[in-house]
Amino acid sequence: MLAGKIMLQSGGETYRVEDTMTRIAASFGLKQTHSYVTPTGIIFSAEGTGPTRTKLIRISERSTDLKKVDLVNSISRGISNGEIDLQEASERLNEIHSMDLTFPFRIQVVAASLASGCFMIMFNGTWNDFLPAMLTGGAGFLSYVYFHRFVPVKFFSEFLASFIIGLMSFFFVKMGFGHQLDKIIIGSVMTLVPGLLVTNAIRDLMAGHLVAGLSKGAEAFLTAFAIGAGIAAVVSFL
Amino acid sequence: MDILAQLITSFLATAAFGVIFNIPKESLIRCGLIGMGGWLIYYILNGYFGNAVLATLLATVFIAVLGQQMAKVYKTPVIIFTVAGIIPLVPGGLAYDSMRNIVENDYNLAIASAAKVLMLAGTIAFGLVFSEVINQIIKKVTAYRVKG
Repeated sequence: MLAGKIMLQSGGETYRVEDTMTRIAASFGLKQTHSYVTPTGIIFSAEGTGPTRTKLIRISERSTDLKKVDLVNSISRGISNGEIDLQEASERLNEIHSMDLTFPFRIQVVAASLASGCFMIMFNGTWNDFLPAMLTGGAGFLSYVYFHRFVPVKFFSEFLASFIIGLMSFFFVKMGFGHQLDKIIIGSVMTLVPGLLVTNAIRDLMAGHLVAGLSKGAEAFLTAFAIGAGIAAVVSFL
Repeated sequence: MDILAQLITSFLATAAFGVIFNIPKESLIRCGLIGMGGWLIYYILNGYFGNAVLATLLATVFIAVLGQQMAKVYKTPVIIFTVAGIIPLVPGGLAYDSMRNIVENDYNLAIASAAKVLMLAGTIAFGLVFSEVINQIIKKVTAYRVKG
């Protein structure tokens, strides 16, 4: 159960979560298990001798942490090979759950700004726009994370972050520091684009998890809309 | 020179995205390489045929097939490799164009670029699914051979 929760919160695909839970249960001797996973909750029931036991877990917050997905995956591999017993497995899962494995925040911001600059070049931008794109991209990512801490509404912080990106790149171009407004904005916005969500949504849909796929798709669409609206607000006012 | 610049930037961009998604450190370089390969295919084909859809499809298939093989070799979830690799192919620029055109009340251009965005996103999805199916067929065929 905890394994499923960690995986789902860290951005694993729905079918992978179900698969992992069923496997773990099977290797602990529960042959009849059913799991139903959506992006916002897990229902898992185990039939054995005695009454069927069912558990429900509500997932309220999701983020992207592929390292945790990887770790849980290797634990479940160990369990089904019989290398790890129940006690040890739950200890290790608890450990993973409480760990904060993310890269230091500063490095994340640097990575975001680097990615923005590189994307700007990849979209046929010129090298003299590299620095402005880096600055706006880093600032956009920074403001996204900070706004998200203040207001836990994801779409609102995305909107504000892209608004700031638009504003900053506009002023850079006005000052003569940046040159092509479009390229700078596109490069910087890429760090906020819901690439992972789109991919996961499609994979879930194809694996037959229609509810999960559609709801993830809706989330991705809303995110894209928030970003677009933020940029549009800047472009239309200035 | 131009292609060299594209290679370096795509490698850096993909790896940097890996950091944001918190991909395990030892996989970062591999992710960067996958992203670089995918982008190279896209860039060359797009320049050669002038057909973004075809280029995206082939690049996605490349990324997904390679990602699945790497996932098997290094025993990590596939998603680690595919997500980072696909990021450069997402049509962010076109989506921005269509949004901008809507704001500027130029609906004809907006709809044209929005349709392109849909096509490209669909192509990425199709490429992913397609390679997954190929992979499963390969698996089944090899399993069948071992049995028979």
